[in-house]
Amino acid sequence: MARYFTEEHEWLDVDGDTVTVGITDFAQGQLGDIVFVELPAVGLDLTQGGDAAVVESVKAASDIYAPVDGTVSEANDALDADPALANSDPEGEGWFFRMSLGDASQLGGLMDAAAYKNFCDNL
Amino acid sequence: MSDHNQIQDEATEDAGTPEVLALPLDAWHRAHGARMVEFAGYHMPIQFEGIMAEHSWTREQAGLFDVSHMGQLSLTLDDGSDYVQDEGAEAPTAKPMTAEEVAEVAKALEALVPGDIVGLKAGRMRYSMFLNEEGGILDDLMITNSGTSIDIVVNGAVKWEDIGHLREYLPDNIVLNHKDDFGLLALQGPKAATALARLLPDAATMVFMEYRSLNWQGHALGVSRSGYTGEDGFEISIPTDVLEEFADALLAMDEVKPIGLGARDSLRLEAGLPLYGHDLDEVTTPIEADLGFAIAKRRREEGGFLGDDVVLGQYANGAARKRVGLRVDGKLPVREGAPLFDGDQEVGTVTSGGFAPSVGAPIAMAYVAAPYADLGTALTAEVRGKRIAVTTAPIPFVPHKYVRKTGA
Repeated sequence: MARYFTEEHEWLDVDGDTVTVGITDFAQGQLGDIVFVELPAVGLDLTQGGDAAVVESVKAASDIYAPVDGTVSEANDALDADPALANSDPEGEGWFFRMSLGDASQLGGLMDAAAYKNFCDNL
Repeated sequence: MSDHNQIQDEATEDAGTPEVLALPLDAWHRAHGARMVEFAGYHMPIQFEGIMAEHSWTREQAGLFDVSHMGQLSLTLDDGSDYVQDEGAEAPTAKPMTAEEVAEVAKALEALVPGDIVGLKAGRMRYSMFLNEEGGILDDLMITNSGTSIDIVVNGAVKWEDIGHLREYLPDNIVLNHKDDFGLLALQGPKAATALARLLPDAATMVFMEYRSLNWQGHALGVSRSGYTGEDGFEISIPTDVLEEFADALLAMDEVKPIGLGARDSLRLEAGLPLYGHDLDEVTTPIEADLGFAIAKRRREEGGFLGDDVVLGQYANGAARKRVGLRVDGKLPVREGAPLFDGDQEVGTVTSGGFAPSVGAPIAMAYVAAPYADLGTALTAEVRGKRIAVTTAPIPFVPHKYVRKTGA
């Protein structure tokens, strides 16, 4: 399983043709206290770069974009009960949704962990 | 990830734009871990350890806010004499006025505000507003009779417009001093009085909306028991050159932590206090804003202030729309700009909204058409195409804790 990162501060784990998506620790730190996560409906077709979810922190609403093309297969219901999971464990239990991998070639445009760390260090 | 509305429209991530001004405590904020944003033309701390934690700390302990971006103005009378300030004074000081002179300035100021300023006793302060000729609110503000001057604290975002407005309308014999050599700190919360009294023992004997000039290490500080959180607390005007020293003295206390703009916004929203530029603006009247309490009885009878025709007409007959509080069903925050509906009919707009940490749910302020302003009216708010159930609710959402009497 490989983990990729986007410039929009999402991470994605690719396991075969299933992708798990969440926000990075850097992202949750920038957003602050998360009070609500609006997740996409199962079955929704997503397009890379298009709206996928919305994170509501105390201070603002922020869009989360689809990192690749695909169809939503599962949303993390745990975030409904405890949105703060996205703060406390953003790259683990605080994952957002799972989707199919519609176009594996899109992974080539994403960053690995080292490249993403470098990206954040230079912001 | 991208924000589509920051806590304030005008708050944007700090890009280091050169025309943005630095507060006197800019380096102090950064050294204490602040995340800085641009607000009202200044780099300002939006948060230190986090909005929720800072909010709760202020409700339970004492939060220290730097509000030095606000405009501190002082009105005195030019009586034609050649007043010479003390040799070696660091900054120009206005000539102290007699009680009669204060009353003359108060009378002149009443042409611009609907409050009773002539009746404001020495050592007392009052909430008021500058109005335009149509009764719209140019700014909301605090007016203090210091005993020797009439002092006004205005919002930072419109302070230059306020200064222009005062200069345009006040008689030429009134001197307007912009006290930009003073910072303004607010210490808010149930432990504020205990903490401040260690530095300024007399502060503990003050009551809500009282003002005193108190001495700290040879410096005269302007202290009022007031604030913007709904908690007991103080606002302290401090010469810039000792501002950091005073802030450090407060922050050294166990009860005191620095608090950013983010928690200031959530605290004032829970307290039901409107924010200028969001809940109040120049096309909104005090009656629409449900601020009729700030229109004194004598002023209602006599008029004589800018916008009096419109405002007094609405006072007698009601306004077509009114500011209300909203309780929100569920957890999705309903934010500024969200339209409100009764069935398919749009009946209002949210002007401030967000998650309320002390309520544990989203709350909002909104303007609704008068027939929908009664408490308990069920409406829906539209957020990203979804309809969220909301109910008009009494404000404040969290009870005010103002200290109106002290045992001392």
